Amino acid sequence: MTEKILLAHGDGGKLTHDLIDNVFVKHFYVDNNALPDAFVADKEPGKIAFTTDTFVVNPLFFKGGDIGKIAIAGTVNDLAVVGAVPKYISCGFIIEEGFLIADLEKIVESMAKTAKEAGVAIVTGDTKVVEKNKGDGVFINTSGIGFVPENRTLSYKEIAPGDAVLINGNIGEHGMAIMSERSGLNFSSPVKSDCQALNNFIEKLMEHVPEVKFMRDPTRGGVATTLKEIATDTGLNITIEEESLPVSDELMGAVDLLGLDPLYLANEGKVLIFVPQDKVETALEIMSSLPEGIGSKQIATVGEGNGQVFLQTAFGGKKIIDLLAGAPLPRIC
Amino acid sequence: MCLAIPAKVIAIDGYLAEVECFGNTRKVGLTLKPETKIGDYVMVHAGFVIEIVDEKYAMESQELWKEMIKHEQHED
Amino acid sequence: MSSMKTNVYRDPVLGKELIQAIKKQAKIFQEKNGRKVNLMEVCGTHTVSVSKAGLRDVFRDDIELISGPGCPVCVTSHEDIDYMIELAKQPEVIICTFGDMMRVPGSHSSLAEEKANGHDIRVLYSPLEALDIAEEQPDKKVIFLAVGFETTTPAIAATIDMAEKREIDNYYVFTVHKICPPVVELLFNDPKLKIDGLLLPGHVSAIVGRKALDFIATEFKVPSSIAGFEPLDVLAGMYDIIRMLNQGEAKVTNQYLRVVTEEGNKAALDMIAKYFEAASSNWRGIGSIEGSGLVLKPEYQKYDARNLYDITIPESSNTRGCRCGEVLSGHIKPTDCGHFGRSCTPVSPVGPCMVSYEGTCATYFKYERKV
Repeated sequence: MTEKILLAHGDGGKLTHDLIDNVFVKHFYVDNNALPDAFVADKEPGKIAFTTDTFVVNPLFFKGGDIGKIAIAGTVNDLAVVGAVPKYISCGFIIEEGFLIADLEKIVESMAKTAKEAGVAIVTGDTKVVEKNKGDGVFINTSGIGFVPENRTLSYKEIAPGDAVLINGNIGEHGMAIMSERSGLNFSSPVKSDCQALNNFIEKLMEHVPEVKFMRDPTRGGVATTLKEIATDTGLNITIEEESLPVSDELMGAVDLLGLDPLYLANEGKVLIFVPQDKVETALEIMSSLPEGIGSKQIATVGEGNGQVFLQTAFGGKKIIDLLAGAPLPRIC
Repeated sequence: MCLAIPAKVIAIDGYLAEVECFGNTRKVGLTLKPETKIGDYVMVHAGFVIEIVDEKYAMESQELWKEMIKHEQHED
Repeated sequence: MSSMKTNVYRDPVLGKELIQAIKKQAKIFQEKNGRKVNLMEVCGTHTVSVSKAGLRDVFRDDIELISGPGCPVCVTSHEDIDYMIELAKQPEVIICTFGDMMRVPGSHSSLAEEKANGHDIRVLYSPLEALDIAEEQPDKKVIFLAVGFETTTPAIAATIDMAEKREIDNYYVFTVHKICPPVVELLFNDPKLKIDGLLLPGHVSAIVGRKALDFIATEFKVPSSIAGFEPLDVLAGMYDIIRMLNQGEAKVTNQYLRVVTEEGNKAALDMIAKYFEAASSNWRGIGSIEGSGLVLKPEYQKYDARNLYDITIPESSNTRGCRCGEVLSGHIKPTDCGHFGRSCTPVSPVGPCMVSYEGTCATYFKYERKV
């Protein structure tokens, strides 16, 4: 085990998990050893949801968004997926000496716009500057507070065999948009980041389908990693149907050219929704009628088991899906 | 990692070409297949075109495989 | 916007029919020989294709699929990894590499750890990008870690050709190139191994041509098939091999006609011949094999990163008891190694077979581990 932080500690895979377990969970308050997307203070009068996230994105501006849009949408989504109505956001900036103020302003404007559309208020913030070459342009931390309606309890503990897993559209697009814009790849792609706030979408869905059991946004590590985390937490098996995975032709062309797997690419505007089988039709109907849910589909089913995730391939084989043991990198084999 | 997908050559500039696949483009070297033309479908390895895909055979092999299966089923 | 019709090579309907045809042939073999048929996929990308389409699971009861020594990262020797790490530590060096070399453990460290220590190590898709970096940073020495088989070697040769044309004099390669035939011979000459047929690498064959592989049939009387990397390509190759076995035939068939020709790619072969010559090469765990490597010719030594610094690597005895070599040559299964699943996991790998995304040990770890 290494004593230094490696890049792979930040990619959402196994090393990130180890770091969270061995450093953060060890010292922070955690209920049941499972770190949720937002903490729900259900022992307080009324239920408060509280979350934090730090955004380090390279490049800062990309097709479909920028670090500011993600910093707001990401925290809004972390609140929305635990069933909270997001209200207040704080933001902390760490800015590298020499960074263009015009670029900073573009980012801040993008944050304000995203917040307005999502109906949340940025209520507090902080700025620090580090020396040239001690940062990567801008890092942003946002924390958010939301309120969970009294009668709403979303928990992975509610998930049961037979439940369906739904997603609100094409997977892997944020990860690819970022990768294609990193310099040195000699590669360009029409794939745009899916980055968007999902709270209004989720609220509509919850209104019509209160039976939703659990939600999670499949960001770093993609759909594969997120489902594996949920399978591990619940001790149940999840089987993904390869043929039902929504993947655009453009993304397929890109992953084929680079040798990557869309299941492990990050999403910033997608949510995995666990519903009882008899609510699938209603849920998909509502989801598909909303702009954030075009292309919604059932992609997986929960079964009895021991915390495994399988991919049922088009050829009738089963493939085990595991956490990624390192960043998705260009490989030779 | 050998890439399974053929890409289409859309531009050539000296020993470099631009290849495309569903709107995604990549710059690749032509040194190993200098006779490559615009419009060819090519296989790329480690950033270089290594072969031009023969479209005649691309169609034929499916027919062959269907024959193969038919032959196998016929033996039942 | 356009794309070639590649969906046909992923067509599950035709695929499932092929699977049934293969299962039928495999059963005939099993009845005749009292055991499952042993097929080796020589190429790492075939291992990936097989796994991606779930074929390992589909043929669980029919075929013993053995992953061969075709992952260039896995077969790179411990000493060569240590040398790469020492190179990365030199001042004014930029190391450029394919991503899967990063986490391969050397004696004391890995490239990923050296990157964390502040050394300039970059992951690239193509050695072409290394040339651009060299041009942009003339005060740095840009070294490409050239691992790979016959498919990658001409690409590396082409970058040297371009470096000459573009007059870039700070581009170097650290070559650990290997060629396929000698290790295939070694595998067949091993009495302990029983490989019934070989799935031959599609793109190595595209370079060398089908004819160059005929020796597998003539010398060793083992049927083999050249296959592409789409699921149906792989299935067609597997079918060919088992059918030949059942009919007592041994040929090298070409199921990748749209890419592989009889003679291969002349420009690529010429490029290899211009810059490289055969030499003995050290394979992880297997040892040194005469004529199995390619090194820069004397007149192109100025591009060889081995001449840059006075680096000596103590001979490694694989003290940690890693048995990757035996796994690579098919002698033992990963589960027979004492490290497997205990001190050696994909997160903290002891050997390269666990590092590489689809290395034999990593694949076993995912599929065969008792939960």
